[in-house]
Amino acid sequence: MTQAPRAITIVGASLAGLNAAEALRREGFDGPVTLIGAESHLPYDRPPLSKQVLAGDWEPERAALTDPEELEEDGIESRLGVRATALDLNTRQLTLHTGETVEFDGLVIATGARCRTMPGTEGISGVHVLRSLDDCLALRADFEAMPQRVVVVGAGFIGAEVAATARGRGLDVTMVEALPTPLSRVLGDAMGEVCAEVHRDHGVDLRTAVGVEHIAGDGRVERVTLSDGSTIDADVVVVGIGVIPNTEWLDGSGLEVDDGVVCDASCLAADRVTAAGDVARWPNELFGETMRVEHWDNAAQQGAHAARCLLDAAVGPFTPVPWFWSDQYDRKIQLAGRVRGDDEVRVVTGSVEERRFAAIYGRAGRITGVLGFNRPRHVMRYRALIEQRASFDEALAAEF
Amino acid sequence: MRIVVDFDLCESNAVCMQIAPDIFEVRDDDFLYILNETPGEGDRSRVEECVQRCPKQAISIAED
Repeated sequence: MTQAPRAITIVGASLAGLNAAEALRREGFDGPVTLIGAESHLPYDRPPLSKQVLAGDWEPERAALTDPEELEEDGIESRLGVRATALDLNTRQLTLHTGETVEFDGLVIATGARCRTMPGTEGISGVHVLRSLDDCLALRADFEAMPQRVVVVGAGFIGAEVAATARGRGLDVTMVEALPTPLSRVLGDAMGEVCAEVHRDHGVDLRTAVGVEHIAGDGRVERVTLSDGSTIDADVVVVGIGVIPNTEWLDGSGLEVDDGVVCDASCLAADRVTAAGDVARWPNELFGETMRVEHWDNAAQQGAHAARCLLDAAVGPFTPVPWFWSDQYDRKIQLAGRVRGDDEVRVVTGSVEERRFAAIYGRAGRITGVLGFNRPRHVMRYRALIEQRASFDEALAAEF
Repeated sequence: MRIVVDFDLCESNAVCMQIAPDIFEVRDDDFLYILNETPGEGDRSRVEECVQRCPKQAISIAED
């Protein structure tokens, strides 16, 4: 077995990367730790970018996850605004976009993901994606100009939060979703429909089962043409159609890449190289399934696990129950587990009509997930049952 | 060890409650209640896990 690294470099200075760095220090690692980030900002928290910061309730500083003093105290060196462009495992060197090469011993890959974009919209202002703080501030500035209509493309969780925040600002919103029911692949038709109703109740013009054909404008966006031939006048368009893991810089490195950096069950990708967060794909033994998870909680926990894995080869498998929350209007939606659209679903507490309930999902006799609308307590209780591999019947019989 | 929760930050995600249900409880009113503000040293590692995993970084430990 190889020894623990003398120095550890972390590529990616967001939640997973920062948590890796902090975990190294918590575990007593006293060698050099370097955090390399492509953005010029110190690590910040992304969830507020579609909510409080976008709403104008928070200034961006409040989303900071750390500050220079804290990093210095922990002995974490940060190199910001530099992008890693290549990795050589033989010489154990990184190449940066500046052309500089950096030697490493231990490495955590936490380069995250980037938004998918709509082809042909590059030169049109007013067409946004939302991932980074800079994305958020650009969209916020457009919201502050009080546009006549905001079109949100994609009714996934990011689109839904942007729509909710825009409505909160009093803006008219049309949300376009290609599926007949939003989120049906994730939550099933019935629960997806509940999410759709929440938006309609808050005045969103929700168009489903229709794609976006074309986004047009002379310099500035003017209209969106849908696949049924209809058009929507728009001053602002927000595209929320998923993300792509940032792995191109690993081409030729010898690491296996398949919609993410392929790791073993403990998050190890190669000798003294681990991966964490949105960019990592690993077999989660709790579910017997290889997954790549794009949630806040996963980035934080996997970052810490990937760090521990570098220090101790016997750290064991990373087996979380994926969990996330989404705040929309006055609802806190939480989902824990690994749910498929065709799982059996049962409401176990509360009332769907009042939008205050928990529903559990089951497949092959086992509980696979729990969805809560303003039911955090129940979500966490059922999450524990998922962790214990409880049967669906046991979960149905449980009382919390 | 004394547990301090910044209730302006807390969003009742109930992560702490899953880790330490004997110390933190989110009730049906969706608010977080601290059941034991001054747990013993034996609970330190669990409380530290709550501090670290809180999505809003709303929990801290005061040593007084």
